[in-house]
Amino acid sequence: MTNLSNGSSTYSQSFLQIPPVKFTKLFINGKFLDSVSGKTFETVDPRTEEVVAEIAEATKEDVDIAVKAAREAFDSGSWPRMPGAERAKIMLKWAQLIEQNVEEIAALDTIDGGKLFSWCKAVDVPEACNILRYYAGAADKIHGNVFKTSRDLHLYSLMEPVGVVGHIIPWNFPTVMFFAKVAPALAAGCTMVIKPAEQTPLSSLFYAHLAKLAGIPDGVLNVVPGFGSTAGAAISSHMDIDAVSFTGSTETGRKIMQAAALSNLKPVSLELGGKSPVLIFDDADVDKAVDLALFGILHNKGEICVAFSRVFVQEGIYDEFEKKVVEKAKTWVVGDPFDPKVQQGPQTSKAQFDKILSYIEHGKSEGATLLTGGKPVGNRGYYIEPTIFANVKEDMLIAQEEIFGPVMALSKFKTIEDAIKKANSCKYGLAAGIVTKNLDIANTVSRSIRAGIIWINCFFAFDIDCPFGGYKMSGFGRDYGLEALHKYLQVKSVATPIYNSPWL
Amino acid sequence: MAAISNGHEASSFNIPPIKFTKLFINGQFVHSISGKEFETVDPRTEEVMTKIAEGGKEDIDVAVKAARVAFDDGPWPRMPGAERARIMMKWADLIDQNVEEIAALETIDGGKLYHYCKAFEIPAAASTLRYYAGAADKIHGEVLKASRELHAYTLLEPIGVVGHIIPWNFPTTMFLAKVSPALAAGCTMVLKPAEQTPLSALFYAHLSKLAGIPDGVLNVVPGFGPTAGAAISSHMDIDKVSFTGSTEVGREIMRAAANSNLKPVSLELGGKSPLIVFDDADVDKAAELALLGILFNKGEICVAGSRVLVQEGIYDEFEKKLVEKAKAWVVGDPFDPKVQQGPQVDKKQFEKILSYIEHGKREGATLLTGGKSVGNKGYYIEPTIFSNVKEDMIIVQDEIFGPVMALMKFKSIEDAIKSANNTKYGLASGIVTKSLDTANTVSRSIRAGIVWINCYFAFGNDIPYGGYKMSGFGRDFGLEALHKYLQVKSVVTPIYNSPWL
Repeated sequence: MTNLSNGSSTYSQSFLQIPPVKFTKLFINGKFLDSVSGKTFETVDPRTEEVVAEIAEATKEDVDIAVKAAREAFDSGSWPRMPGAERAKIMLKWAQLIEQNVEEIAALDTIDGGKLFSWCKAVDVPEACNILRYYAGAADKIHGNVFKTSRDLHLYSLMEPVGVVGHIIPWNFPTVMFFAKVAPALAAGCTMVIKPAEQTPLSSLFYAHLAKLAGIPDGVLNVVPGFGSTAGAAISSHMDIDAVSFTGSTETGRKIMQAAALSNLKPVSLELGGKSPVLIFDDADVDKAVDLALFGILHNKGEICVAFSRVFVQEGIYDEFEKKVVEKAKTWVVGDPFDPKVQQGPQTSKAQFDKILSYIEHGKSEGATLLTGGKPVGNRGYYIEPTIFANVKEDMLIAQEEIFGPVMALSKFKTIEDAIKKANSCKYGLAAGIVTKNLDIANTVSRSIRAGIIWINCFFAFDIDCPFGGYKMSGFGRDYGLEALHKYLQVKSVATPIYNSPWL
Repeated sequence: MAAISNGHEASSFNIPPIKFTKLFINGQFVHSISGKEFETVDPRTEEVMTKIAEGGKEDIDVAVKAARVAFDDGPWPRMPGAERARIMMKWADLIDQNVEEIAALETIDGGKLYHYCKAFEIPAAASTLRYYAGAADKIHGEVLKASRELHAYTLLEPIGVVGHIIPWNFPTTMFLAKVSPALAAGCTMVLKPAEQTPLSALFYAHLSKLAGIPDGVLNVVPGFGPTAGAAISSHMDIDKVSFTGSTEVGREIMRAAANSNLKPVSLELGGKSPLIVFDDADVDKAAELALLGILFNKGEICVAGSRVLVQEGIYDEFEKKLVEKAKAWVVGDPFDPKVQQGPQVDKKQFEKILSYIEHGKREGATLLTGGKSVGNKGYYIEPTIFSNVKEDMIIVQDEIFGPVMALMKFKSIEDAIKSANNTKYGLASGIVTKSLDTANTVSRSIRAGIVWINCYFAFGNDIPYGGYKMSGFGRDFGLEALHKYLQVKSVVTPIYNSPWL
């Protein structure tokens, strides 16, 4: 059975003073405000199932006010009109302030989302600063084109900010997702309304506070915590929002695209679910492959859209792999995410917790073999054991649907063609992993899998310069890289006839 | 009153027989599964020309299957770009060789000017095909500069099976503007031409087979929006839809895409584009430009300059010249080389335009010229100009899609910008001025995807073309258009002992 670090408060107290939650209201037009309705909602600590704070709950009226502020800031305010280098200075200042507050922010993500404190402090929050700095550096390098026409015309394109953007972000990476969306939109000169997930509003509100200190003008960045069916729907159907960027479930993505179509035909970009395969070939180092596969499904307690939830191992090394992966899974430390020894914290909410356990029951009743795990851990908090199913058939629910938890579906393959076919037999197409030392296999298979990110001998190898997004029903549009700027820019072509020009 | 050329000369013109009337699927012309057909009408005479096979959901399914096999297993996506280019170039040559026959089809199908199609539109479309043929082997991903030891690059891969739904106003231009970049990218496709104008699309399909486009790569299924069009936008095995047409249908398509397999869509929708004429303009040239802006292609163009804003200093002179020129405009049979404006495309459009004209009169705008239909056969409407219009009038806010101009006066540059942007649309705009500063300021200030300075309809293969606001998103033409048919795949591998990143 997995080692348990049972999250009793002694661990937390001995590591860190969990800071009081300072920001619990809506951030609109540079101020923290109660919601128009006065409504609030509770945010729960998944380690203890206790209420952490009451947060102001935004509904349609609050979204309207936020959009008005963002519209004013876009149409008449300073932000889109500043040189890119000045936007950059403010964004860099913001990054600096975030660094100065890294421990407090990391603690918020831990008590809000059950994320590992040490990971948030060492990786997620610094990553957010890097994202801000990257796009700050791009803000004055957004180039249009001058075209070579076939007749006497002077022709160029301007890349203009699209306007007021709505961001709807998920609960699994509240910090990274906030900046992945906000940073390029700010660099492009847009203004925005952000709805963080109702499960994880705390760090977003802290970032809003720091944004103001950094000098982001009022109305440019508005943060409205609330629920999808109210605040989220108000954003996707708003007649005065020019584009929506969404990361979350496929079902919600549908609703957002529909609402956009029915309202003002705003363009949307969607980063949705995944059921990403990792293909482990015979020439792989089995120990390293095991580590990669486990990391692939257990990182962030499996709550990642790119999780390697389907593991395909070539038959030559299958038995050894299966033995080692089960051994390793049994040593995995599940417990309080403040404890530096812990590798896996609690699932983010009761709804997720229940859903994962229900998928595990499905797996058993569908006839897959439960190799390890399958049960919750302890009797408080949303902890689930690392779970591995073998003998999984392609059409089983646990092989087709995104579980979003620490549940691996393990199967065997014979040839490279088998592997490719199995990998692509899925409505999703977000990420894929290939473990091999062979150059030709790496090249062939990376071309053959229909997915937006291919990780060869690695997992979760994000880089700020590398675009990230889905194929097929994992969505469209890219985050990261210069690619992401395009979501927040529009192309305007300008044509003027020219006379007596020496050449075209 | 508009001069009429009542089409007698047309009888001396040999209108070719219509050769292709069936669905083109997997390299063959076939009947629709249901056996259903629909009539296509000549807008010059209101007579039925022929029956066309009517594609329904089942036919779309068959076409998509063919396109899917052609994409997943066929040669087209796997060829080097240069080989796709050779076939596309051959197709362009065949189009050039058949220009007269195709131009005649466009004329009898859509009421378009024969000589314009022959001399400009079809050759331009062939050049679009050549433009993208030349791009097919230059589709570059990037090698990225990571911040740690990673070898990371992007591949730009064809998105797969594409659905194209094209409109009736520029059947040739739209067909090749959509098909060419998708072919260059390595995609396969199912195209539904508008039910009003299926003839040239089927002819192009025939020529594509002769050129060597492999079976299944290009499928053409004429049919209606609520059946064939809906089947495309909601198809679970189409990877992307590209649409040009009305805003209302654009909504349906995006919704259907969301409800089915979340396929990305690109939409090029309506417009109510402003032409802004400043005091320093040459009034005569400006009046000509304004008239062309609304009468070209009988006003059936999404970028029509349907709102003309004239600075008060030259307004009176402008209005006088404009009306004079409008009265001299020749409306008549589009085969006649003297004619400048043919019939509207069908009865529905004809009635819609006349109804907007009635609205304009009731709303209290001043009818300066035109306002009536021409003759008693065919869908001909006089060039029509309203002045003293208020910005909230229906004739100023709605897209009429006919030869009806709303003429307004403005005082200052700020006024002009404000009025120009007072619309839910954002497709094109025109600025007439000699002042460099006015041109630069105003072009930055108008929220539209295309700004034409001292010109209008200046299209080119290299110029990205598309909307802001409710005119849609996504761009046709230029290298920009390729992105609609490509997906970005990032490939990442750790590196060891590298001298640098």
